[in-house]
Amino acid sequence: MSAALDVFSLLAIGAGVFFFVAGTVALVRFPDSLSRLHALTKADNLGLGLVVIGLLPRAGSPLAALKLVVLWALVQVSSATVAQLIGGALRRRDAET
Amino acid sequence: MTDALLVAAGAILLTVAVGLVRVLYGPREVDRMMAVQLLGTGGVAALLLAAAATEVAGVENVALGLALLSSFASVAFVVASPRADRR
Amino acid sequence: MTVFDALDLAIAALVLGVAAWTIAAREMFSAVVGYVAYGLLLAIVWVRLYAPDVALTEAAIGGGVTGVLLVVASKRLGRLPQPEAGPGLGLKLAAAGLAALVAGLIAAALLYLPDPAPSLAPEADRHLAQTGLGNAVTAVLIAYRSFDTMLEKVVLVLAVVGVWSVAPDRFWGGRPAPLGPASPDPALVFLARVLAPVGLVIGVQIFWVGADEPGGAFQGGAILAAMAMIVMMARLMRPPRIGSRRLRLALIAGPAVFLVVGLAGPLIAGSFFAYPAGFAKPLILFIEAFMVLSIAATLPLLVAGPPNGEGEP
Repeated sequence: MSAALDVFSLLAIGAGVFFFVAGTVALVRFPDSLSRLHALTKADNLGLGLVVIGLLPRAGSPLAALKLVVLWALVQVSSATVAQLIGGALRRRDAET
Repeated sequence: MTDALLVAAGAILLTVAVGLVRVLYGPREVDRMMAVQLLGTGGVAALLLAAAATEVAGVENVALGLALLSSFASVAFVVASPRADRR
Repeated sequence: MTVFDALDLAIAALVLGVAAWTIAAREMFSAVVGYVAYGLLLAIVWVRLYAPDVALTEAAIGGGVTGVLLVVASKRLGRLPQPEAGPGLGLKLAAAGLAALVAGLIAAALLYLPDPAPSLAPEADRHLAQTGLGNAVTAVLIAYRSFDTMLEKVVLVLAVVGVWSVAPDRFWGGRPAPLGPASPDPALVFLARVLAPVGLVIGVQIFWVGADEPGGAFQGGAILAAMAMIVMMARLMRPPRIGSRRLRLALIAGPAVFLVVGLAGPLIAGSFFAYPAGFAKPLILFIEAFMVLSIAATLPLLVAGPPNGEGEP
């Protein structure tokens, strides 16, 4: 059972790492700010989400697991909001120039 | 398993660090800010992995604090930028 | 070379690179962003050095408070009319020389440490039971060297006085300029409404567990301060009038309570800044609670700046 859980953890964390790589590549390679923003927010949220899912079976107690989920939710809320704010600011500025 | 978690933490940290070239090259201020945002999220993930691997007490609280505050600089950036007042 | 060594080398190179970029950056805003990134990396470095208490401080201060402070300051400076000429070469060289001197002295002190380095850690650990605390860092801060910690809190109050002192006389006692735009983005208001209550709980929890685990008054207070800042940025709250009696009480509550307990030491425990045996932990938490309040009040005021007339409707 624990071997199966380990494999699950590794797969989820590996997928998380992949999304961080994807997000970084997009941030470095995409041509303009709005597409970079688009790629970034998807990538870092999915990446962190998958890492958290991978770590859940390893959490020592239900409370520790809850903490992981709360932490992920916090990043979700603030990262999504910041993306919205930055996107809005970009659009307003582009409209003015 | 412990080593695998640490390798994953290192991989994420170094990956998002590559994104810091956006802090260098911009070209816009927003691009610089986005690289820091990615570093914040990546740092949280790396800390969580390191906490699970090393079991040092309190590391998950550091990750929690970072998760809570990682977007603050970006929020301040949008809020304080000129023209934010005019719609 | 183990995984740890490789990771440490990579992080160290990264921190140095970002630090060099921050110094070399020509535009102010690039340097500010570099500095925020540097702070985030430092938090990770402290974790690797097994100092989660310091890492928590760095995350709360570097990630939250100074990030906002510097970004807001650089944007406010950018709006002011730019002076014709920047600082002259002589001034730049003097600043560089002083900075290099400080860095050099610290490096020299590190290099000339005897091996093994002198440490009071075993001593601090041995007397931990007498304080009733489980976290040696908190014991050092509030018990072993409590006088220093009290003075550090006084320094914070002095910093606020310094900021206020540049306010023009006619605005004295008024409100600092609002942190956010007149019509904030609804998404920002949503974020502030969601984040602030959660952050309040996390901040108080980090203060409370600080007695026995990594955490403490400063870390908790800094998180609360960051929450106050986001609420002000979303315009859900205005910066308080600096003449307000309640605000001033909150500012001095921490050092004042600390000082009173310290001065009562000779009566209750036999010497200044001593705690009565068996009653140390409740007393320490009592002092810390007021320190949390003072820190949470001080840091947002440093970000808000002096009252300049923009704060009044």
